[in-house]
Amino acid sequence: MEFLRPARWDEALAAKAAHPTAVPLAGGTDVMVELNFDRRRPDHLLDLGRIPELHTWETGPETVRLGACVPYARIIERLPGELPGLALAARTVGSPQIRNRGSVGGNLGAASPAGDAHPALLAAGAEVEVASVRGSRLIPVEEFYTGVKRNALADDELIRAIHIRKATGPQAFSKVGTRNAMVIAVCAFAIALHPRTRTVRTGIGSAAPTPVRARAAEDFLNAALAEGGHWDGGRAVTPSIAGRFAELCAAACDPIDDVRGSTAYRRHAVSVMARRTLGWTWEAFREGGAITGGGAQCA
Amino acid sequence: MRVTFTVNGRRHQADEVWEGESLLYVLRERLGLPGSKNACEQGECGSCTVRLDGVPVCACLVAAGQAEGREVVTVEGLAEYARARSDGAAAGARSERAAGDGTPAQPPVQPPPLAPVQQAFIDAGAIQCGFCTPGLLVAADELLEREPDPSDADIREALSGNLCRCTGYEKILDAVRLAAARGAETRP
Ligand SMILES: Cc1cc2nc3c(=O)[nH]c(=O)nc-3n(C[C@H](O)[C@H](O)[C@H](O)COP(=O)(O)OP(=O)(O)OC[C@H]3O[C@@H](n4cnc5c(N)ncnc54)[C@H](O)[C@@H]3O)c2cc1C
Ligand code: FES
Ligand code: FES
Repeated sequence: MEFLRPARWDEALAAKAAHPTAVPLAGGTDVMVELNFDRRRPDHLLDLGRIPELHTWETGPETVRLGACVPYARIIERLPGELPGLALAARTVGSPQIRNRGSVGGNLGAASPAGDAHPALLAAGAEVEVASVRGSRLIPVEEFYTGVKRNALADDELIRAIHIRKATGPQAFSKVGTRNAMVIAVCAFAIALHPRTRTVRTGIGSAAPTPVRARAAEDFLNAALAEGGHWDGGRAVTPSIAGRFAELCAAACDPIDDVRGSTAYRRHAVSVMARRTLGWTWEAFREGGAITGGGAQCA
Repeated sequence: MRVTFTVNGRRHQADEVWEGESLLYVLRERLGLPGSKNACEQGECGSCTVRLDGVPVCACLVAAGQAEGREVVTVEGLAEYARARSDGAAAGARSERAAGDGTPAQPPVQPPPLAPVQQAFIDAGAIQCGFCTPGLLVAADELLEREPDPSDADIREALSGNLCRCTGYEKILDAVRLAAARGAETRP
């Protein structure tokens, strides 16, 4: 095995092009487990830890360009205003030690359906900036997940950053698990209100082969809110609208039975989280406030 | 490969490190520092917690090569680390006091053998088999450095990545509260 330690981004891309099977190493919280348990023996490890721009972010007028290796702890600390949904999701990842190392780039690289960043990215709206020696491209996050633990990266590509829409309305994230810390999601749900475009977006985790948006639920809700003049009048969402939205979110799932939960439980839990998070965010919107990434709320 | 980094203030060099090896393995098996414990090797238990450039991490999830050139603090260096920190914080206050009263300078005192948080764990009865203790000490010490007067929620949060199979955690919480209370008494 060889340990590659590029100091610059162009060197990292050159190394990945020269060794397409090299395994990128960010926080190591997924990779090291695989190495420790002999599940993986790559020819090359490509440590991204020395490349400064991967560990910082830039805040633009519409988006935050989040470096691939920025650890969850920094997102919680520094970006709860711009990225409240992602910050809430980040708070539920592992433990302090894991959040000090683990990154959104690593979550995308692993592309586990249970990754907690995914629902928040889907709901907020995000594009993954990937690059190789051939150039760079932006992949809408919806298209980034291609299967269980598979993503759209080509062999010579690395994730440079994630462009995430800055929040213009309340966002929420909710996760079901057996305890408050150190838990892989049984299922998870994220919602983001986008008052400027008068749309609501969703993200579902751990309830389908890939993280997904509940598109039919979004379409239904967006139409119902428009028809009822809800965005202007600040009217409450009726129980029948919330109920139908929750049903459609459950219908967007394609869960499996496993040790963490059954298919039926996952569907049910997603519908409950959908209804509750819609309630929280819509109330926050009516009150003119925002659910920020600062405080976690129990589902 | 060769890896060189600082552990508890001293430069260390390890040779013939396998590229996929963890920092934990290097500390325990190559540098003779078995304080950090190896229980799960998958980030779940926290008994391998060390500071990497000041940040608490699971040493089992850091590749040895990622530690190159960096500073690591393990439980073996915790007393010294805590002493240096309090000396730094108290230096200003002490020199003012020394100028004021005419008593001769004290002879250099022996460094305390334990960090305050270590003494508090003993006094509170927070140690049973002791396997989880090194990781908890490193995590608790970092919490008190950051937040000298932590709430119970702060303590639970900071220690949520450390498992203990013996104590039921109550005495561990007591120990951190005790260390915080003692810290408040001695702060200038
Ligand atoms: C104890 C424990 C608890 C956990 N709890 C959670 C949890 O609650 N929620 C959750 O979502 N996850 C959890 N995880 C999984 C893990 O922490 C996350 O997936 C994390 O986001 C991985 O980030 P990393 O920087 O550590 O990635 P790494 O382990 O370094 O990499 C992960 C994958 O991404 C690839 N990769 C990394 N960076 C790039 C890049 N820039 N370009 C291309 N590929 C890249 C790697 O090659 C690898 O395949 C947990 C892990 C542990 C050990
Ligand atoms: S041995 Fe590292 S967390 Fe358990
Ligand atoms: S004292 Fe035995 S594991 Fe904590």
